[in-house]
Amino acid sequence: MTSLAPSRTTRWVIGILVGAFFAIPMASTFFYTLRDDDGYSLVHWAALFDPAKAALYRPIWTGLGNSLVLALVTVAIVLFLLTPTMVLVHLRFPKLRPGFEFLALLPISIPAIVVVVGLAPIYQHIARMLGTGAWTLAFAYGVTVLPFAFRSIQASIDAVDIRTLSEAARSLGAGWPTVLLRVIAPNLRSGLLAASLISVAVVLGEFTIASLLNRQVFQTALVVVKNSDGYAASVFTLLALAFAFVMLIVIQLAGRARSGKGRP
Amino acid sequence: MTSPTPVRSLPRTAENSLLADAHSGTRVEFRGVVKDYGSTRVLHGLDLDVAPGEFVSLLGPSGCGKTTALRVLAGLEHANGGAVLLGDTDVSTVPTNRRDIGMVFQSYSLFPHLRVIDNTAFGLRRRKVAKAQAQRRAADALELVGLDHLADRFPHQLSGGQQQRVALARALVTEPRVLLLDEPLSALDAKVRVQLRDEIRRIQLRLGITTVFVTHDQEEALAVSDRIAVMNAGRIEQIGTPEELYLSPATPNVAAFVGLSSIVAGVASGASVLVWGETLPIVGDPVTGEVEVFLRPENLRLVASGGIEAVVQESTFLGSFRRTLVRTTDGALLQVQHPASERVEYDDRVRVAIEPTPVSVR
Amino acid sequence: MTIATPQVTPDGAERCAPPRRGASARMWAWLGLVPFLAYLAVFLVLPTMLALASGLFTRDGSFTWDNLAALGDPVVLATFGNSMWLSLVTAVIGAVIGALVCYALLGIREDGPVRTFVDAAAGVFAQFGGVMLAFTFIATIGLKGVVTQLLLGVGVELFADGPWIYELPGLVLPYIFFQIPLMVITFMPTLSALKPQWAEANLTLGGTRATFWTHVGIPVLAPSFLASTLLLFANAFSSYATAAALASQGSQIVPLQIRTSLTSETVLGRENLAGALALGMIVVVGVVMWLSSLIQRRAARWQR
Repeated sequence: MTSLAPSRTTRWVIGILVGAFFAIPMASTFFYTLRDDDGYSLVHWAALFDPAKAALYRPIWTGLGNSLVLALVTVAIVLFLLTPTMVLVHLRFPKLRPGFEFLALLPISIPAIVVVVGLAPIYQHIARMLGTGAWTLAFAYGVTVLPFAFRSIQASIDAVDIRTLSEAARSLGAGWPTVLLRVIAPNLRSGLLAASLISVAVVLGEFTIASLLNRQVFQTALVVVKNSDGYAASVFTLLALAFAFVMLIVIQLAGRARSGKGRP
Repeated sequence: MTSPTPVRSLPRTAENSLLADAHSGTRVEFRGVVKDYGSTRVLHGLDLDVAPGEFVSLLGPSGCGKTTALRVLAGLEHANGGAVLLGDTDVSTVPTNRRDIGMVFQSYSLFPHLRVIDNTAFGLRRRKVAKAQAQRRAADALELVGLDHLADRFPHQLSGGQQQRVALARALVTEPRVLLLDEPLSALDAKVRVQLRDEIRRIQLRLGITTVFVTHDQEEALAVSDRIAVMNAGRIEQIGTPEELYLSPATPNVAAFVGLSSIVAGVASGASVLVWGETLPIVGDPVTGEVEVFLRPENLRLVASGGIEAVVQESTFLGSFRRTLVRTTDGALLQVQHPASERVEYDDRVRVAIEPTPVSVR
Repeated sequence: MTIATPQVTPDGAERCAPPRRGASARMWAWLGLVPFLAYLAVFLVLPTMLALASGLFTRDGSFTWDNLAALGDPVVLATFGNSMWLSLVTAVIGAVIGALVCYALLGIREDGPVRTFVDAAAGVFAQFGGVMLAFTFIATIGLKGVVTQLLLGVGVELFADGPWIYELPGLVLPYIFFQIPLMVITFMPTLSALKPQWAEANLTLGGTRATFWTHVGIPVLAPSFLASTLLLFANAFSSYATAAALASQGSQIVPLQIRTSLTSETVLGRENLAGALALGMIVVVGVVMWLSSLIQRRAARWQR
């Protein structure tokens, strides 16, 4: 690798230049939240806990709550609808795999802004059947997270020979529900975990569909709050970004720990 | 006791420009080459002299330093001590691209985006040879390796053996001073390996180019080399012709590595040694006292009576003969080569005798 | 006279039983696919079809070419042009800088702290919340942003010519902010697949580091680089949240135009413009993505 890799100087130069480009907005936002008239203080951060201002922040807590519920339902769709189908395709319809992969990656090519145009009438029907709660958005979100979840789970499926495992389990007398829940799922754990966490991240960050279908989620709430208190919006922005960052680190570390453990 | 094969020079012909420029080869020298990786010493003062036009193999197990030595010679690694000479010039500080060498790697070294002809002509183009002439010389080189008909293919369309042939043509077309081969056959099928190694040797003899060949396969080394340097843990344990190494291994490692010798204890008295009640002549200088005796599998037999007792550990059927590993009552392990018709199985009790041929001792 | 009949073996089992059991099992398997396919049909295929088809109908439901004709309207064309310009500029800049970042990461341990950090950061910025990115840029170079004030302090007035951050040029920087990470995510595998043997072979054949890149490295990477750039283009073209958060009114790019036509009843005198715009968008994004995957597949042949 010595002939290909760049010199230390090159690494540092690129790292510092690009790092600065990314660090400056983050640092600026942080300093922005510290503004207190002409000085600096943590007044905006402390205001989060100020009961007098609670009404101002209610949209955010509502939106966040909705987003968390949405995340939960979306993860449920990923775990209980997508995963069994992927296992089924892998075990019974291997020839359909390219077509299935095309379908799963299709949402990348169909912008959310386009889908939402067609979702409006569909959600009118859903509102009649299931009400206008924000949680019904999860059905649309299941499609949005599809490419990301698919990649994580497929990587896991490819790494574990579930065909042999399921055949072994069946030959020992297990029925399909047992095979799925007790044999296959535990072995797909790292892929399922990654898919779930990525889905949570995507759902928490989704704006387009929620905003144009008039539902209150975390991101739309941020926009609302921005108009009344720009500082609070920035505080929550930083918190959310940090949270997502930590989650992605957790996904990576968990994935590594698993593959380490799996070795005999 | 080394005798490099005499170099053949060929008459210049119009067609084969590659052969026409064949020269008498360059001397290669390692002088006390030392290489460290962090705190681990990988080469301990390597000394090796390769005569012009000679084919020398570096043979040894993984981690013995043979590839490191080759890469130091190529300039892909920097030695921490000692010197490397090409011709009579110290090239230790000369960068790889100016050492005028040709190198064939174990795999994946062909450029995927270039056709075979352009891959082969690559070195010439880097030396500012005009495109038309470079392509002509490249075509000659491909003819030398028998692949001129695949000149317009891409590497991913070729088999492993074909790719390595192209790599060889590419390395040779620039008429380098020395040819370096880093386990070029290890990634290939057994049959292709044998064909290709013979071809490499044939071409090397025709061109008279000094060649250093790294391998872990003793059969390969024995088949193609003028001399073999058996390496272990960063040192050369023995250098000699294939016959010398086979008949007179200098250390147990060499004996075990080249020819699968077994080692037993014996008592030497002058020109012969007493082993298992048999007296055998000794190869080399007379020795007295307790010695280690090297027994080759083909010099041992399974007998009905006499010899010593042993129990079969494993037996492998190899077509025209069997090779059986037995454990004697003293606990020594012996490899015995015997006719395939003598079928033995795990745990059989057998008797092993030595044929009255000269043996090496230490 | 012998009559051929299905034989019954001594233990009473019919010889043709297994295929029948297999057939019913297969039927169940096909049924197992239905839930997911139905889900996709309702929440992906159907909305897309509806969106595209709605461009062909007026509010009352009668067929019309009017909405599609709107795609030729100078305002709409300008919008598409803006989207293309924005996507092209940010895709190219993002691709080049992203490729440099990948290069700087070459040879660093995949499970080391640097890679972990960069991968997580890239994931966050590339995919998580365009709205929040917009806010951070407003906090930085907005009218009252931290950097704006700093520059004012040294006598540089960023917005002397008007609040361009809330207009088209203001989108460039935030877009680059998520394009670069996307490039890093997409391109890193390709760059890592450059084989060290190629670099070494180049050296032994008399090349230099420079000639390696010009004759081997860049030609081998070029198709993937192009495919990734196209991906970045499609990504920018489809992007909505960042622009929506920065430009609360206005419709200078296609997604914002769609927003306007969804939230007001008629735009440009036409009713279902959103559908027509959606159609136009899908065509652009679809073609670009198709090209990208085509190039990627051809390049994959080399990486055997």
